Amino acid sequence: MLELLKQPWHWSVAGLLIGLTVPTLLIIGNKTFGLSSNLRHICAAVLPANIDFFKYDWKKEAWNLFFAAGILIGGFVGNNLLSNPADIVINTQTISDLKALGVQNFSGLLPDDIFGVAHIFSIKGLIFLVIGGFLVGFGTRYANGCTSGHAIMGLSNLQWPSLVATISFMLGGMLMTWLGFPLIFRLLN
Amino acid sequence: MKNLKYLLVGIVFGVVFVKAEIVSWFRIQEMFRFQSFHMYGVIGTAVVVGLISVQLIKRLNIKSLDGENINIIPKPYTKGTIIGSLLFGFGWAITGACPGPLFAEIGAGFWSIGVTLLSAIAGTWVYGAIRHRLPH
Repeated sequence: MLELLKQPWHWSVAGLLIGLTVPTLLIIGNKTFGLSSNLRHICAAVLPANIDFFKYDWKKEAWNLFFAAGILIGGFVGNNLLSNPADIVINTQTISDLKALGVQNFSGLLPDDIFGVAHIFSIKGLIFLVIGGFLVGFGTRYANGCTSGHAIMGLSNLQWPSLVATISFMLGGMLMTWLGFPLIFRLLN
Repeated sequence: MKNLKYLLVGIVFGVVFVKAEIVSWFRIQEMFRFQSFHMYGVIGTAVVVGLISVQLIKRLNIKSLDGENINIIPKPYTKGTIIGSLLFGFGWAITGACPGPLFAEIGAGFWSIGVTLLSAIAGTWVYGAIRHRLPH
């Protein structure tokens, strides 16, 4: 059993479990699934700075911070107690496309030559950690949701704005991958 | 404590994120390059399961454990639905992570992602500070 759990999980198993999170949260506490609002709750808790958008009772939303803390613990469990000793299997075309851009490390979940701690205070860190993270936080709040709140929860509830959001996430990601990455990696190499 | 149940659901969720490699920057690259079905399979299955569940809850009028009527407040459409989503898409491709996986990656021991999370919080803060000047 443990050996089976250590293998990479099939997409259908992951999809099923993630999909079941929607009714689980609704039934155990009448909560709607959505993770990006945690970033707002952290702002409201730590640095509201008299900004209207952060003046609300974030403690009422504390359940979601517990949910996020659980994800952090789950990340530890998944990568340590249930870790797969083998390298991640990546499509060979993706590997050659990324090699052409200058990515060299393909062993872990994230490429060490970009996300290694050694690169935090470098131009790589500025682009992939600081600017990338800023876009995630700014964009999801401006969009009023992320992959969980719009693509999964919103589509599950047949909300058409969530379909618009999901198409826009995908389009943004493709534009960055196809047009942005060649420019970014040229700057780095 | 009443919030502990959410911690437990989160733990399962975090394990799924890591074990199905959804937290992997490479899987997100495969997705945006149409070179693997994996992420489409994950998101597609999740939407189908979520959709069936929500419809069942509504049709059968299932209540929450506390006996409340389940209500889902729909998100309204604004200009931000497109502009914000595009900006998030740029960030998703760069970081290879949406907000959920950020937490799982830090737990998994990718310490540099702590910088990404802090920057995402800063991004949300800046949005809150300038939102009245943005088109909505």
